Amino acid sequence: MDKFTQLTGIAAPMPLVNIDTDMIIPKQFLKTIKRSGLGVHAFDEMRYDDNGAEKPDFVLNKPQYRKAEIIVAGDNFGCGSSREHAPWALADFGIKAVISTSFADIFYNNCFKNGMLPIRLPQEQVDILMKDAERGANARMTIDLEKEEITTSDGEVIRFDIDPFKKHCLLNGLDDIGLTMKKAPKIDSYEQALAQSRPWV
Amino acid sequence: MSAPKTLYDKIWDAHVVSEDDDGTCLLYIDRHLVHEVTSPQAFEGLRMAGRKVHAPDKTIAVPDHNVPTTEGRETHIENEESRIQVEALDRNAREFGVHYYPVTDIRQGIVHIVGPEQGWTLPGMTVVCGDSHTATHGAFGALAHGIGTSEVEHVLATQTLIQKKSKNMKVEITGRLRPGVTAKDITLAVIGKTGTAGGTGYVIEYCGEAIRSLSMEGRMTVCNMAIEGGARAGLIAPDETTFEYVKGRPHAPKAAQWEAAVNWWKTLFTDEGAHFDKVVTLRGEDIEPVVTWGTSPEDVLPITATVPAPEDFHGGKIEAARRSLEYMDLKPGTRLTDIRIDAVFIGSCTNGRIEDLRAAAEILRGRKVAEGVRAMIVPGSGLVRMQAEEEGLAQIFIEAGCEWRLAGCSMCLAMNPDQLAPGERCASTSNRNFEGRQGRNGRTHLVSPAMAAAAAVTGHLTDVRELVA
Ligand code: SF4
Repeated sequence: MDKFTQLTGIAAPMPLVNIDTDMIIPKQFLKTIKRSGLGVHAFDEMRYDDNGAEKPDFVLNKPQYRKAEIIVAGDNFGCGSSREHAPWALADFGIKAVISTSFADIFYNNCFKNGMLPIRLPQEQVDILMKDAERGANARMTIDLEKEEITTSDGEVIRFDIDPFKKHCLLNGLDDIGLTMKKAPKIDSYEQALAQSRPWV
Repeated sequence: MSAPKTLYDKIWDAHVVSEDDDGTCLLYIDRHLVHEVTSPQAFEGLRMAGRKVHAPDKTIAVPDHNVPTTEGRETHIENEESRIQVEALDRNAREFGVHYYPVTDIRQGIVHIVGPEQGWTLPGMTVVCGDSHTATHGAFGALAHGIGTSEVEHVLATQTLIQKKSKNMKVEITGRLRPGVTAKDITLAVIGKTGTAGGTGYVIEYCGEAIRSLSMEGRMTVCNMAIEGGARAGLIAPDETTFEYVKGRPHAPKAAQWEAAVNWWKTLFTDEGAHFDKVVTLRGEDIEPVVTWGTSPEDVLPITATVPAPEDFHGGKIEAARRSLEYMDLKPGTRLTDIRIDAVFIGSCTNGRIEDLRAAAEILRGRKVAEGVRAMIVPGSGLVRMQAEEEGLAQIFIEAGCEWRLAGCSMCLAMNPDQLAPGERCASTSNRNFEGRQGRNGRTHLVSPAMAAAAAVTGHLTDVRELVA
């Protein structure tokens, strides 16, 4: 998995609330058996018209945001389905961090498995970052995972919290499965006990 | 004496394999359900790392999202990408030796309908699937939730999941439901009250007299949409209704094991005085047949209401409501019952079980689908389909002018050919009314099966109580 340590980049403002996984990656693109190549379809229905041409007023189609690596979003980002295609599509587009007041649970977890950092902040701070993002390509913010800090283009520092285990995995690009397999003896003994206590499982 | 525990606490505690200092746990997974859309990358990951499926006996695979719901699908799936996904599941299921119900098997159907039907889902279990509506299985008092594909791979490889415990939330529905009000109306009404983020960070336990009085199928409908309320999972404590439903199913415990299992299941309830971090209470009598007007499942109103205006909301929701109304092509103040529809979809893991079909048939019996309306009825599994045919329901649907189709997810998410055309409006028993969910620029109104059938008959959203009175 890719590491996430520090990032300085352009943030795209997406103030809409409840941006769901169907908006992030509509189902017609879930038919792939690969993880890669979904970036061109990210936000497909908001981004392209019925003829497949780009809609100029969609934020990621605007020249100043085409290289955005951060999204500052309205409440409840990523609600809806469990599809990991949503973070795959965002990551493939080049997004490395999403900032919102809240995220849907499964989407939040999925981000970490793909080297992407979701950051939860109170409304006032999201508002500050949203304003900063609205200033376009000249306003680059910096996210430092180690320090758990975001620095706006004006130099204002905003702290965020993150689960220590998830932080550790992201900083070091660790693969969960490898970590868990080190606990194989514990899984074995759990299964032995289970065969006694709940043999029908 | 130990501190009083919630039902969630009890199931959680029974599945902790190990716990780190920061509270991160390794949780044992009793059942892993797999479908064709979210699993290919996970199996591929196993293959690349030279890993096996840790517990193939606890892993159940079935194709559902992509499969056409028309005859001939066993031999030919027109859409190439869909075919490749279904074939990939076929290959993976056989190669890794997991339980498998291919399209040729009468037991094939929507994964969340097949699991309970076959007795794979049992009280007190942990159940996961690469699908958010895994919440359905919570109806049995099983801790059941959706996971992403990386986690699917993790469970395949280790039969565990790295988890942190959620908070406890109680949703109590007191009293009794009024006639014409169903489990679907309960679950939508709850989301209407809490919002789609109201349950974020929580596991919900649904309780109260109105929940206790529901059948298992109704309970599945309620828990199915816990995810639309943002919750990690929904739970209902198992009781005699649960045991009755489970008993005798192909993979339910038998004989002495059955006794032992029931004895344990009977301990699965929230202790007196256990702590909930959040409590929501609704009176069963206050719930009316509801319908969604917008593009978020929280956009719920009684069918007797009118379309709201953006100004009725506050904060970011004002803009979202404006966008919804534009997308849905609705004017504030319009009576919901004046909204004409083009299509009706009855099916999905929310409402594709036999009782749902019975409820729809009751309304459609002796009536005709309105001119210009296309009504699709898609049973949740091959066995539901067979039973509906035996009970004469299929005949009622066909005589009314509905399409009677094969089992699958179908127009719930429109990954197969069952889709709305742009601008078409649908009364649907599924669970999501997101933009484009049932087809690009299609418009969805979520309703119960009886309400969907009523809309099919009249050609507009309808208060079902007027058709049964
Ligand atoms: S019926 Fe709909 S919600 Fe249920 S599993 Fe299928 S696509 Fe998902």
